[in-house]
Amino acid sequence: MTIVPIDGKVVLEAVRTAVDRYGATRDELIPILNDVNREIGYLPGEALDEISRLLRVPKSHLFSVASFYRMLSTKPRGKHVIQFCESAPCHVAGGREVWMAVKEALKIDEDETTPDGNWTLVTTSCLGVCGVGPVMMIDDDIFGNVDAKQVQSILARYH
Amino acid sequence: MAHFRSHVLVCVDPECLNKGAHDVLDAFQDEIVAQGLIDEVQVLETSRIGSCSNGPEMMVYPDGVHYVGLTTYDIPYLVEEHFLKGRIAAKFVEEKKITVDEELSAPTAKEIRVVLRNCGKIDPENIEDYIAEDGYQALGNVLTQNKPEEVIEIVLKSGLRGRGGAGFPTGKKWQFCRASQASPKFVICNADEGDPGAFMNRRVLEGDPHSVIEGMIIAAYAIGSNQGYIYCRAEYPIAVKTLNIAIEQARNFGLLGKNILGSSFDFDLEVRMGAGAFVCGEETALMASIEGNRGEPHPRPPFPAVKGLFGKPSNINNVETYANVPQIILKGADWYASMGTEKSKGTKTFALAGDVKHTGLIEVPFGITLREIIYDVGGGIKEDKGFKAIQTGGPMGGCLPSEYLDLPVDYEELAKAGSIMGSGGLVVMDEETCMVDIARFFMEFTQDESCGKCTPCRVGTRRILEILERICDGKGKNGDIETLEMLCSEISETSLCGLGQGAPNPIVSILQHFRSEYEAHIYEKRCPSKVCKSLIRYEIIDGTCTGCTVCARNCPVNAISGERRQTHLIDPDACVRCGICMQVCNFNAIVIN
Amino acid sequence: MSTIKSLEDLKRVREEALKKRDLKASSGTVQVIVGMGTCGIAAGARDTMKSILDTIEKDSLSGIIVTQTGCIGICEKEPILQVVIGEAAKVTYGKVTPDIAKKILKEHVGNGKVVTDHMINI
Repeated sequence: MTIVPIDGKVVLEAVRTAVDRYGATRDELIPILNDVNREIGYLPGEALDEISRLLRVPKSHLFSVASFYRMLSTKPRGKHVIQFCESAPCHVAGGREVWMAVKEALKIDEDETTPDGNWTLVTTSCLGVCGVGPVMMIDDDIFGNVDAKQVQSILARYH
Repeated sequence: MAHFRSHVLVCVDPECLNKGAHDVLDAFQDEIVAQGLIDEVQVLETSRIGSCSNGPEMMVYPDGVHYVGLTTYDIPYLVEEHFLKGRIAAKFVEEKKITVDEELSAPTAKEIRVVLRNCGKIDPENIEDYIAEDGYQALGNVLTQNKPEEVIEIVLKSGLRGRGGAGFPTGKKWQFCRASQASPKFVICNADEGDPGAFMNRRVLEGDPHSVIEGMIIAAYAIGSNQGYIYCRAEYPIAVKTLNIAIEQARNFGLLGKNILGSSFDFDLEVRMGAGAFVCGEETALMASIEGNRGEPHPRPPFPAVKGLFGKPSNINNVETYANVPQIILKGADWYASMGTEKSKGTKTFALAGDVKHTGLIEVPFGITLREIIYDVGGGIKEDKGFKAIQTGGPMGGCLPSEYLDLPVDYEELAKAGSIMGSGGLVVMDEETCMVDIARFFMEFTQDESCGKCTPCRVGTRRILEILERICDGKGKNGDIETLEMLCSEISETSLCGLGQGAPNPIVSILQHFRSEYEAHIYEKRCPSKVCKSLIRYEIIDGTCTGCTVCARNCPVNAISGERRQTHLIDPDACVRCGICMQVCNFNAIVIN
Repeated sequence: MSTIKSLEDLKRVREEALKKRDLKASSGTVQVIVGMGTCGIAAGARDTMKSILDTIEKDSLSGIIVTQTGCIGICEKEPILQVVIGEAAKVTYGKVTPDIAKKILKEHVGNGKVVTDHMINI
């Protein structure tokens, strides 16, 4: 993978911004991890070190939390993350074909990142917009009534 | 003094001026002169006629006609019509009420809207819209007229039960929490709506966030809490945003914070976002997540009312439960208790999905039958196919066959039938649905979402899934059904939390009601609904096939052979059962066996 | 924005809000309401909203209040657009693409003619 190494300064900056915003207490851990994950794209080791230092929480605990939640990642992710809804109503509405089309378009499988570091593909549980299924979410944008033919043009918006 | 036939008043308030009232006035003067009406029509400047929002505006007396939205181009026409021909220029007349606005109150006769009364009607980002709909009135009444105990009494009397699924009486829950001695106490709203196909809470949070906030403040007053949390799943970024705006507005209005409505009662609220874990909808897991831990459930007791968030007494209710509270206070416990059945009072929102004509959110009184929900509210089965089953209660619920269509929907009746109320997902399945495939699908979900803390759920659900996958793949064997039954009862009895305890429900209810389908898959290697790919064969009917070759040309794996104008043949070993041939055939010559 | 310090304050705010609403209705204001719940946005409500705002700006239309609302509950018909002219009944449109939105602005808002092809009964 040709993901550009993350600049340590950027990581520390992201951590400090998040800690400043929520306060350095343990019960703010998940909001902090969420923010850093969003800012950097994942949770690099340096980030966990710094959060551990500021919140006085052992790194093992941070790792156990970060690895528990689906939206947090300790591994590098692509520039854009596609969350594909895999629940029953979307499945019934033809989600399978769209899922195949996305995998085909990006040439990757679930939980993988494209070699150019642009895309990561993950599945998600119900996004709660079943009336317009099949549904997928790219970063914070949500797309409904997706059919296999639209996949290419939706992905093309992110270049 | 000259006698004028007409007096024309033109509004010259700033807003109308801005929109060109002066130009219109000048044009009108010119036109009156040009038409030789200067001695008959007097033009006057005036202030405010209407709201100015659709200016420039003009009032013509003695006719009393109110023209709006004028431009200089319209003037010659207007003058000609009204002042020369004596006809009202209808297209500039302010619109009057045409018909009564009844939509959205109740789209079908069977629906009653309590929780959803404001959704899609008010602007959720404008607190004044909510206040105009009697918002925060219940809070005001409670804070000025009721002791906390009286509030609990009202909620108890209304018969409101937890809408998260378990149906525990809300008033009792509040009572327990109030009785706990420790402090501080917390009020928590469970907005971690994770059941696939269920989005009732999203709609309330996005469409009417203040009703939830108001319900929470009332609950906090009743149990004696000053701090609340709304735990919302990260998959709902728009709901989180709407909630944060609503909380900010409520704070600015003094409805959250210190000394609310001069009552010396303090309460504030914070939104916490999850990070993608279904199990966090379980209350003990949810609290662990707010504390900054892995969202794993803990054994109960101690119950949250005694030892909850940060080890303190906590009251945790679902979004819909809180949203009911303000209406109960305003309209009274008796009003609420007049809807529903003996033990389940009021209304329930359901997300209607699957093979039904009108999918979407509905709100109906308890006691309505499944048949009424599917056929009267949902409009019937798509393409008028036959009904096979309805799945209630989400991934921990059960599938009910047509014998249960006349079942009145309430907590007890659904439990008796082997399903649950759950949070309110209803998935309708038509006659072409394979129930074994559905069982596999739900197990895939629970297996994936198991948090892994306790063994029965972590390992047991995986074993069940493996067996179901094997059955769907045509490799089922004798004893599979018995093993499934054994696993299911072990998992429900020994799992730590509701996720594991409920996980076998879909499998068990399908075994109970659709056993013959499991048997057909295992013993006859046949999928009666023609869904499971390994168990079906595409075949071409001799005689109907015209030998047009379109199927052979479209087959992605070249599994179809045959000469032009001769009946074609599908090679079952090469066929991948993609179904393309059936779609492209113009003569309906391809069938599934 | 004033702080509400008592029940009387609350009543006053409520009455003002109601008055504002009545005024909107009686003055013939045109309200264009777009369903902007997640379902609406997923179905393309942002594009619809943008097309409405663009058209209003481009054609210098005035007296139109564009607001949003949450999920109406008929997600399969999203994006949903509602038009209220003065005290007239609310007209609801379904599956409103940016082009249909333009058409509705032109025919319904501009000329008072309901675009029946895209109307939905709810």
